[in-house]
Amino acid sequence: MSNIDLSRFHRTFFDESAEGLDAMEAALLRLDVGQADAETINLIFRSAHSIKGGAGTFGFTAVASFTHLLETLLERVRSGQRQVTQPDVDLLLRSVDVTRAMLRAADGGDAADVDAVARLSAELEQTLEMKPAVVAAVAAAPVAAGWKIRFLPKSDIFASGNDPLRILRELDRLGEARIACDSEALPTLADAAPETCYLSWTVELRGDCDEGAVRDVFAWVEDECELQILPLPSGEVAAPAAGEGRGSSEAPSVVQGAVPHPNPSPEGRGAQKPQLKLVESTPERRSGDTSSIRVGTEKIDALINLVGELVITQAMLQQIAGDLDPVQNEKLLQGLSLLDRNTRMLQEAVMATRMLPVDAVFSRFPRMVRDLSTKLGKQIVLETVGEGTELDKGVIERIADPLTHLVRNSLDHGLENAEQRIAAGKNPTGTITLRAAHQGGHIVIEVADDGRGLDRERILAKAAERGIPVPANPADADVWQLIFAPGFSTAEQVTDVSGRGVGMDVVKKNVQALSGQIEISTRPGQGTCVTIRLPLTLAILDGMSVRVGDDVFIVPLNCVVESLQPQPGQVRTLSAGARVVKVRNEYLPLAPLHELFNIRTDAPEPETGILVLLESEGRKVAAQVDELVGQQQVVIKSLEANYRRVGGISGATILGDGRVALILDVAELVRGYARAAAA
Amino acid sequence: MTAPTPSIPESRQAAGPLDEIPNEFLTFTLGAEEYGVDILKVQEIRGYDTVTKVPNAPSFIKGVINLRGTIVPVIDLRLKFSLERADYNEFTVMIILNVARRIVGVVVDGVSDVMQLTPEQIRPAPEFGGGINTKFITGIGALEQRMLILIDIEKLMSSEDMALMDSAAVH
Repeated sequence: MSNIDLSRFHRTFFDESAEGLDAMEAALLRLDVGQADAETINLIFRSAHSIKGGAGTFGFTAVASFTHLLETLLERVRSGQRQVTQPDVDLLLRSVDVTRAMLRAADGGDAADVDAVARLSAELEQTLEMKPAVVAAVAAAPVAAGWKIRFLPKSDIFASGNDPLRILRELDRLGEARIACDSEALPTLADAAPETCYLSWTVELRGDCDEGAVRDVFAWVEDECELQILPLPSGEVAAPAAGEGRGSSEAPSVVQGAVPHPNPSPEGRGAQKPQLKLVESTPERRSGDTSSIRVGTEKIDALINLVGELVITQAMLQQIAGDLDPVQNEKLLQGLSLLDRNTRMLQEAVMATRMLPVDAVFSRFPRMVRDLSTKLGKQIVLETVGEGTELDKGVIERIADPLTHLVRNSLDHGLENAEQRIAAGKNPTGTITLRAAHQGGHIVIEVADDGRGLDRERILAKAAERGIPVPANPADADVWQLIFAPGFSTAEQVTDVSGRGVGMDVVKKNVQALSGQIEISTRPGQGTCVTIRLPLTLAILDGMSVRVGDDVFIVPLNCVVESLQPQPGQVRTLSAGARVVKVRNEYLPLAPLHELFNIRTDAPEPETGILVLLESEGRKVAAQVDELVGQQQVVIKSLEANYRRVGGISGATILGDGRVALILDVAELVRGYARAAAA
Repeated sequence: MTAPTPSIPESRQAAGPLDEIPNEFLTFTLGAEEYGVDILKVQEIRGYDTVTKVPNAPSFIKGVINLRGTIVPVIDLRLKFSLERADYNEFTVMIILNVARRIVGVVVDGVSDVMQLTPEQIRPAPEFGGGINTKFITGIGALEQRMLILIDIEKLMSSEDMALMDSAAVH
């Protein structure tokens, strides 16, 4: 066994540990100090325990010894010897951070801050040292002379690779074990399934080992059995010296040297558990582990690419089949339409594997809000709604930073402190709400606060100070847009929370890079809400194909408002080259694509072509094309991988006939006309 | 290395220690001239097929093609080097190159063969006028009656006037 190369399991260990730490952090954050519920504590303990175990196995000694301290502290909390206090939670949260840093270092990242580790270790040890005073009173309780262990493995324990026999042998090593086997459940030989465990055991273990040691034996099967550990009444065995036992829990060897007793209780803390304690198994956790597997994202991406190719091939076949005689080729055509349906379903299913609940980013905010609100001296609660909403992993990764920034902004600028809130007649505790929901082919994420709202005058003054151009008599919406201008920051003081002036413009850029939109609504004194609309996935797009001259372009369908054939007189010329279309009561700039892209067309006049009304960022243009070709889902391909960015084009795709079509960048098109109008 | 290795690396090894100039070349014709590029930069050779035009690109960038799912730009070197004739017929050939971690298609009049040149056969590049800037010429290969213009295709393709990459795209 020892010659197995463990390093190939490292990745899994790091991934699982990271998850464990996240779970720990989340649990610590929802921990109600004073009324800690056992399940949450158990969860925290379990996470620390498995990280310790894994780190030990894989030889990350620093991590193992640090998490051991953590575990010791948690064990005391779990066993009810210690009440969790707020400083404890803070200490544990900081320990989570340090563990995370250590693991990152072990994973080949930046070196961990050795000082921080040492400092925190010392703090943990100190916290642990403080404990004996509390324990002294409890420890006077009769010390168990041994343990009565009732061990009922689940019938499928063998399936998990555990052998009760091994556990019993292990117990025997701890002391003098008298083992009784209960074979009542054993069926007749004919009915017995060879891989099912029908037996249970009662063990009377004599000798002085603490409860922790007994529990450690069962550590691997904790979830697969019912376990009862009761202390045997003392007196049957000579009582160990309780006084020395609890003297110094961290230095048993010293105690041993000083006391003539041959077998002093090594650690006081484990020995005073007079009351019954039943360890509940937690099947839900285990089932969560077995129903999912870990797959590298590159594998999924490769799968998505392949399916994309399949869709293209499928479309190609469909196109060819369109020319066939439907009567003669009935079976072939039937098969093709079945293929069409299956391909689509396959595509959807594969895309779904990349989808993650938005909780993956939301979960980082409770900690941030907690830390920052303490730092800023504000009372703030965070509410999240719709954290189960799923979106593409790629989008999730890239939306995390903008969201972090928005939440920080709300914390720092948006929400007032308690006094200001009371003065304004509001609940002293401010609320930040993160909300995610699906809306058509989009996901909408809102970051809302009930703070002071945006201040029109201050924004205008700031814009003037920073030399940001402001239109005359700006509408409110235009004023709010100013905070997205580069170099804009209204914080009166530059803090380390936010206010370095590199914020909102970057947020906007990031969102737009995801072909998303960002909007602000605010009411003075009542709060601000920033809404981000994002496409569900970056890989596939519902497109409308349009023809300009001999070329086909794809227009993202979510940008298309309507298409129309202009009547004579509907298009007016404003000045040289600038024309507008009157659609109902709106005048929209005309964007003749053949002019923009220098394509020769037979129908250069708007009246002979078709106008497609496109909308982005709240603005519209009328794009003039020759013909609408059709609607189709397209797989987005990068032009930049081998070529470079092309003005007005956001990417490319491959059509059913294998040709390349370019995808129109509507946002850029609209912005270009907006700029032209502003100039 | 038990697997059969392609002949190219082997022959390179056989030619002794490498100097800066590669010694095996794919030769192609542009108009009347014969050119050579490092064979290791060549991914494949294909016929010329439908190219999707890219708006507002220089005329020598013919557009982009679908190379088994990858979007690849195509450059007509005949237009780039300002040759008089640039016909597209069934003999027109595209060399797919792998340069600077990108894939680029290059249209030429025809591909001749693969040639090995010894260092003695490679002469330094003279100063000469014409479409191609001398800085992209690594040397002249002299072979009996033929003369090969050896181009550093990587340097040429990543140069700014090729406008293939974003750094060159700043207007």
